[in-house]
Amino acid sequence: MSTNTLLGLRLFFFYSLLYLGFMFLCTFQPQVLEWCPVAGINLAIWYGFGLIVSAVVMAFVYGWMCRSEEVAHEPSPRRSA
Amino acid sequence: MTGEVSALAVVIFVFFVAITLGISVRLGGRARSSQGYFTAHGQIPWFVNGVAFAGDYLSAASFLGICGMIAFYGYDGFLYSIGYLAGWIVALFVIAEPMKRLGKFTFADALDAKFQSRAIKLVVGISTLVISLFYLIPQMVGAGALIQPLLGFDHWVGVLIVGATVILIVVSAGMVSTTYVQFLKGALLVVFSGVLVAMLLVRGLKTADGGLDGYVFQELGPVDVEHLHDAFEKTPLSDAEILPSDGPWKSLPFVRVRRDGQTHYFYQQPVAPLADASNSIPSQGGTGARVMLYEAQSLVKGVDGSFAVNGQQVTTKPARYLHPVGYVTELPHGATSTGRLNPLTFLSTIQQSEIAIVSNSIVREVDGTTTTIYYPRPTSGSQILLPGGYFQGMRSKSIADKLNFLSLMLALFCGTASLPHILIRYYTVKDAASARKSTIVGIASIGTFYIFTLYLGLGAMTSGALDPTDTNMAAPLLAKSISPWLFAVISAIAFTTVLGTVSGLILAASGAVTHDLLCGCLGIEMSDLHKVRIAKLTSVVVGAIAVGLGILFKEMNVSYLVGWAFSIAASSNLPALVMLLFWSGTTWQGIVASSAMGMLASLGWILVSAETFSKIYGLPATDAWVPFSQPGIVTIPLSFATLVLVSWMTQKSTK
Repeated sequence: MSTNTLLGLRLFFFYSLLYLGFMFLCTFQPQVLEWCPVAGINLAIWYGFGLIVSAVVMAFVYGWMCRSEEVAHEPSPRRSA
Repeated sequence: MTGEVSALAVVIFVFFVAITLGISVRLGGRARSSQGYFTAHGQIPWFVNGVAFAGDYLSAASFLGICGMIAFYGYDGFLYSIGYLAGWIVALFVIAEPMKRLGKFTFADALDAKFQSRAIKLVVGISTLVISLFYLIPQMVGAGALIQPLLGFDHWVGVLIVGATVILIVVSAGMVSTTYVQFLKGALLVVFSGVLVAMLLVRGLKTADGGLDGYVFQELGPVDVEHLHDAFEKTPLSDAEILPSDGPWKSLPFVRVRRDGQTHYFYQQPVAPLADASNSIPSQGGTGARVMLYEAQSLVKGVDGSFAVNGQQVTTKPARYLHPVGYVTELPHGATSTGRLNPLTFLSTIQQSEIAIVSNSIVREVDGTTTTIYYPRPTSGSQILLPGGYFQGMRSKSIADKLNFLSLMLALFCGTASLPHILIRYYTVKDAASARKSTIVGIASIGTFYIFTLYLGLGAMTSGALDPTDTNMAAPLLAKSISPWLFAVISAIAFTTVLGTVSGLILAASGAVTHDLLCGCLGIEMSDLHKVRIAKLTSVVVGAIAVGLGILFKEMNVSYLVGWAFSIAASSNLPALVMLLFWSGTTWQGIVASSAMGMLASLGWILVSAETFSKIYGLPATDAWVPFSQPGIVTIPLSFATLVLVSWMTQKSTK
């Protein structure tokens, strides 16, 4: 399994846990989502925004880490010359 | 009154359609080979492809359906935004690069790369067709819904215009023109949604007692339920007769008042505690409970096909005669207006306010008359911003209801990475790294848009502009409440939204027929030119079928059918693809069995579910054969299990 694939699976697993946690709260503990931790906005909104923003952030992290791997595998111009 | 035609909207709409057709004609020369027609020669720049992902994915269900669902039900519409975006995580982290490495034209290519099996081409080609058609129907229905208020045409005319335009786009330049139309649409949709949100925040919130047409809805009480007459004492209805709550009206939360041959309807809500619609109304048996009465609107359809709106006979398009609805009844600290808000204070203000959200109830009389009551339901913002407004089963103790919700969210999570029109976009870039980069751009664009949907939906809910009969028009009507030109632009963008997604779907379907079924499965030899001709012909046929289905399913909710497409895609495609990538024991027989099982099981489950019984067959939901409507939680694991079992049984024969 390539490093890219392994990284992708790790990030996928982490995001799936976040998503599952949200589903669990919505379905079995909805009263927890009424709590307003900050700015007078409830946890349902914060968690929903969190899932969207973390997906975007993790996508960029994945893209950045994969790119560095490609650069590492590229042959050096000096050596190949 | 709602739904008046705007000349500016017509001009901008025609301008947008002309641009999309112009792009198609200009790029026509680049699609003469099958490589060009199906994959744009793999030469689309990754950034353009990424934004085109957004244009492809943000369909009528996302823009019209989600905003409408939030406007009418609150937070639950946002659950779709969360689920739709989460699905891209599967696409990026698991699917993107292998799809690009394995495939050439279609999703079946990727699954078949290792085995060269005709059976795989057949099953996956058919599943691609089924999913594309299920996804096409709501897009066409959405187009019809848009064209009515925009141009004043009937629903079928809108469907026909979309069908004809899309067929022209796809036939002229295949994936090249489709990509650039989707790029244009994706960029415009995200940018103008942002503009709309910014203008909404600058406008802020204010209290009202009716919609934008200035009509004031009566609010009477509080009054003792045993003395409802007292509520009408100082109104023109003081000498009216209160009709008994019998027949189909029994146990419904409405008070009917009759005067001069005209019936007026009021929604009654218990005064304390502040309640949602699920709360029962105290009986009139002398409990001493007090209620508020809120004036409702009525649309009566007679057995002879005649219509009466709020007691007045109308001849055509009755929805136009209803008053617009959706407004704030109370702001925090007794304020009447907030002025400019920021993204956080907008949400916290909504949370502390009370909003008259729109509900409806359909009552069928014994004589065949159907009365639809549209009533304002004052609801606290803290309730609106919690899940459970639409998926009421979440708050029930029924395990089946909870499973139904979990099943939908699982289908959304797994379905995105299995949608054929999304998967083929991995072949339009040059390599795996470009596929990955374009997915990241797609996620960023789509994620930004989904954050906006919450503001657009809540903005529409409080705009005073909602058409109570049409959940799909919430976002364009919010724009109308801010500025006529914004309404025109947003409506035209919504229309191109449909064009972009439908183009991608028709292209995926034509690829499945030409490349997978005719060439791959039946083994028909074709020259490159012949292949493109057949693909174009298939596009015309699929487009024509989509037009027919769009007219036939006019009454269906846009988001509802998309949920079906996601379930079928997630059950049929994802298990086979994931197992092929990560389990070396996968056999071609396993893939065929898994895809067929996933497709048939999810389709079968949907056809015998409660929602289909009530919304399509017109039968009681209690007669359904399965305990909940969303199939994913059963059929996705079933498809995985089938693949493992059949692969295990066929290991020797394959070796």
